[in-house]
Amino acid sequence: MTDTAEHSGPMMAADGTPLKTSLNRALRRQKLRALMLIAPLLIFVLVTFIAPIADMLFRSIENQIVSDTLPRTTAELADWDGDSGELPGPAIFESLYKDIFIAQERKLHTRLGSRLNYELTGVSSLFRKSGRRVDDMGEVYQDQFEDLNSFWKKGENWNALLGSDSWMTAQSSWNEDSGSAQPAFEIRAELSALLPETAATYAIFADFVQNEDEDNLLSEDPWAIVYSALYEDLSAGADVSGYSGPGATELQEAAALAADFEVVDFTAAFEDIDEDWHNIEVWQTIQTYSPEFTSGYFLNAVDMKKGLDGAEMRPENEQLYIKLFIRTFIMSMAITCSCILLGYPVAWILANLPARTANLLMILVLLPFWTSLLVRTSAWKVMLQQQGVINDTLVWLGVVADDSRLALINNQTGTIIAMTHILLPFMILPLYSVMKTIPPTYLRAAKSLGATNWTAFWRVYFPQSVPGIGAGSILVFILAIGYYITPELVGGTTGTFISNRIAYHISSSLNWGLAAALGAILLAVVLGLYWAYDRIVGIDNVKLGG
Amino acid sequence: MKLTKTLLATTALTVAAGMVSADGHMASEMTIVSWGGAYSNSQQQAYHNPYMEKTGVNIINDESSAEAVAKLRAMNEAGNVTWDVVDVVAADAIRLCDEGLAMEIDPDEHLAPAPDGTSAEDDFGDLIVSDCFIPQIVYSTTVGYRTDMVGDTAPTSICALFDTDAYPGKRALEKRPINNMEWALLCDGVAKEEVYDVLETDEGQQQALDKLATIKDDVIWWSAGADTPQLLADGEIVMGSTYNGRLFSVIEEQNQPVGMLWDAQVFDLDGWIIPAGLSDERKARALDYIYFATDTQRLADQSKYISYGPARASSAPLVGQHAELGIDMAPHMPTDPNNAKNTFLYNYEFWADYRDDIDAKFQAWLAQ
Repeated sequence: MTDTAEHSGPMMAADGTPLKTSLNRALRRQKLRALMLIAPLLIFVLVTFIAPIADMLFRSIENQIVSDTLPRTTAELADWDGDSGELPGPAIFESLYKDIFIAQERKLHTRLGSRLNYELTGVSSLFRKSGRRVDDMGEVYQDQFEDLNSFWKKGENWNALLGSDSWMTAQSSWNEDSGSAQPAFEIRAELSALLPETAATYAIFADFVQNEDEDNLLSEDPWAIVYSALYEDLSAGADVSGYSGPGATELQEAAALAADFEVVDFTAAFEDIDEDWHNIEVWQTIQTYSPEFTSGYFLNAVDMKKGLDGAEMRPENEQLYIKLFIRTFIMSMAITCSCILLGYPVAWILANLPARTANLLMILVLLPFWTSLLVRTSAWKVMLQQQGVINDTLVWLGVVADDSRLALINNQTGTIIAMTHILLPFMILPLYSVMKTIPPTYLRAAKSLGATNWTAFWRVYFPQSVPGIGAGSILVFILAIGYYITPELVGGTTGTFISNRIAYHISSSLNWGLAAALGAILLAVVLGLYWAYDRIVGIDNVKLGG
Repeated sequence: MKLTKTLLATTALTVAAGMVSADGHMASEMTIVSWGGAYSNSQQQAYHNPYMEKTGVNIINDESSAEAVAKLRAMNEAGNVTWDVVDVVAADAIRLCDEGLAMEIDPDEHLAPAPDGTSAEDDFGDLIVSDCFIPQIVYSTTVGYRTDMVGDTAPTSICALFDTDAYPGKRALEKRPINNMEWALLCDGVAKEEVYDVLETDEGQQQALDKLATIKDDVIWWSAGADTPQLLADGEIVMGSTYNGRLFSVIEEQNQPVGMLWDAQVFDLDGWIIPAGLSDERKARALDYIYFATDTQRLADQSKYISYGPARASSAPLVGQHAELGIDMAPHMPTDPNNAKNTFLYNYEFWADYRDDIDAKFQAWLAQ
C-alpha cells in the first residue's frame, strides 16, 4: 500500500504491464476457461432445448405458406375489397390457376389446403380437388397452339425459342451421365422483353425440371400454363414482328392468329371444379391469411377468431381454451396443496427419525418414484373405478351402498388423486432436505420457554420449513401444469388439462401453429407466476437442500 | 489444459458416435413402424418373419404408429427420415399424402397381381383411398356388451347405446367425434344415406351433439384402444365401442362374458405408406418388402393371428383358422356377409374437411 502513496502512476505487475491490464487479462483467461468448461453443456442445452423450443414457438405466428404457395393470387388479392360481397375479378382467377398449377406440380397445394382448413371447413378438399383438375383447364390453349403448328408440341422448339443461345450450346453439349451439374436455364433477353409472362412462366418450369425433378430440360415438354401465358402475351398485343431468332416464323404466325383463339373463362372454369370457388368466404379467408405472419393462432388459442372487422369471440359452442387454461391452473393448485398437506407430515417424520429407520422409509417414498408413470396411472384406474378396490372395500365395510358407488375416476377427483400420488416425491424431497437442517434444539428451547406444542411448531419450526414448501410447490406446480398422460387416462372430460389439447394438436390435428400458441401462452403464464412468486416470497427463500 | 483436451476429445467422440448411428442404417436393415401389441405380432408372424427368412434383411420394429403423422413431419423437416415402411390408418395416409410426406404408389407397378392375374388395382378396388396408401386390412369400430348385464334381451341394434332405459349402466365411447356423431344421427332417425349431408350443417352437428347429450352422464370417454376391453372385463361398463379385433380377443381368447354387435359397424382401413424422401436404395428395399407383404397369400396369412379382414378381394377365400385356437376366422371378419348386413364406411373425404371444425365443437361440448 505504501507504493501507491509514493508513485502516482499506475501500479505495475512484475513484467512491467499495468497491474489493472494484467489482472483483467488473467481474469478474462479464467472466465474463458470457465466458459470452455461449461461449453459442452451450454451448447448441448442450446441445441437440444432452447433452439427447438424457440423454433416451435415461432410457428405460432408463422404463416408464409399462403403467400409462398399462392404468390400471384395473394399479391393481387391485396387490392380486393372483401367486404364488397363481390367475387374477385377474372385476373385473380387466372392468377389462381397459375398458382395452383405450379403448386400441384410441386405437390404443395394439399398442404396449403390443410392449413386453410383450420380456418374454414372444406378448403382441404377444395384444394385437393382443384389440384387434380387444374391440369385440364389450360389445355384449351395448348391444344389450339398445337393444332396451329406442330412446332409448339415439342419441348426442344420451346427451348430454342426461349433459351439464350449460350445456354442452348451449353445444354446441348451437357452429358447427362457425366455427373456434372445441368447448365442453369437462361432466358433469351429479347423475348423476355417481348413476352414477359411467357418468359417468366417458362423460367419457373425450367427451374422445376432442372432442380426439383432433376430431368434433362431438353427432353421435357412445357406445362399447360406456359401455353396460356403465351396466349396472354400475344392477345395483350405483344409485337413480335421485329423478332428474328429461332422459331420467329411460328411465333409470328401464332401472333397473327391468336386473336381468333377460343378463350378460357377461368372464373367459370373454377366454378366448374367446385362451386365453393364462388363462395366469398373462401376468398375472404385466403385474403385474411395472406400476410407472412398472423395473429390467428393466438386468437384461436384464446377462443377468438379473425373476423372481417378484426378479432371477435368465437361462438359459444366452440369456446374451449380459456376454460381449459383456468381449469389447468386451479387443478394444479389443488394438486400442489394436497401435496403439501400429505407431504409435510411425511417429511417431518423422515427428518426426525433415527437415520436407519429414516432411510428405510425414504425408500418407500422413492419406490413409486422409480416406477413407470403409465404403470402407476393404470394401477390407479384399477383402484379407483366403480368396480375397483376402493369402492369394493367401502361397500364391504358398509360405508357406501352397492348401487351408489363413488365416482372416483374419469373426473377431476381422479386426476387430483393420481397426480398427487405421482408428484408427492417432488414435494417430500425438498421438504425433507430443508427440515433436516432445522436443529431440533430450537423446538426444545421454545418449549422450555413455555410455548405449547402448537406455538412451538407454528412460531418456531414452521417458518424455518417455508423455503422447503416453496421449492416443493414450485416443482410440483410447474410439473403439474404440463402433465398430460395422467389426466388423459383418468381425467374423463372434466379432469383434462390444456396440455391434452396441445398434445392433440401436435400429434393428431397437426395444427402445430395452434399448439405453439397454446404452449407459448402456458409458458408465459408460468413465467409470470414465477415472477410473482419471486416478488411475494422471494426466490432466495427457496431451498432445495441444506 | 489436460482437462480441456479430454473434454474436446469427448465432444469429438460424441459427435462421431452420433454420425455413425445416424449413418447406421445398414444395407441389411429396415425399420417398420406399426401399432404394437397383438397387431404387430400378427404382422411379425405373417410378413416380417417370412421376409427376413427369404431376404436376410433384418427388420426393426418401431411401435409409433399412433404418432406417425407428427413424427414423420418432424423427421421430414429435420431432413432425416429413419423409417422405411409405416403402418397407418387410411385417414392418416391421406394426411401424409396431402402433406407430401408419403410417396405415391402405382398399384400395378409396385404391388403383386392376384394369383388369377387380376391387377392389384382391381384386386384392392375402392380400398385404395389415397395415392400413397397400400391397404392391408379392413377393421371395424363396433360395440361390445356384457352378456350378464344386459338382462334377457341382448342388444341387436346400435341404438342400444342410447337406450338407457332398456340397458342401464355406463357406456364407453371414443373421445372424438368420428363414429359417435354418425351413430347419434342414425339413432335420431336420420337415414343412413343422409348422415353426412346432415352432419355438414351446423344444425346437423348440433342434432348429433344433442342426441349424445342424452347419455353424456353415462359415458366414459376412452382414448386408448385397450380401454373398452378392460372396462368390459371389469364390469365397469355395460357396453362400449372399440375395434372388432379387441372384442375378438376379449371374447374368444380371454373367454369373458362379452358379446358383440355388428350393427352399424364402421369400416376403416389400415395399411402401409412409404415415407417420401428415402434414398434410392432404401426406397427399393421398402418397395420390395411391400410387394412381398401385400400379396394375396400374405394378407390371408395375417388373419390367422388377428380378426381383421384382408384388404384384397382375392385373399378372402384363403382365410383359414386361428393359429392357436384352431377356430375358423371367416365368421369373425368384419367383412363376412353375416356381419356386414348393416355397415358404414368411414367417409374419408368428409372427415378430412370437417375434422378440425367438428372436433373443436365436440371438445367444447365435452368440456361443458
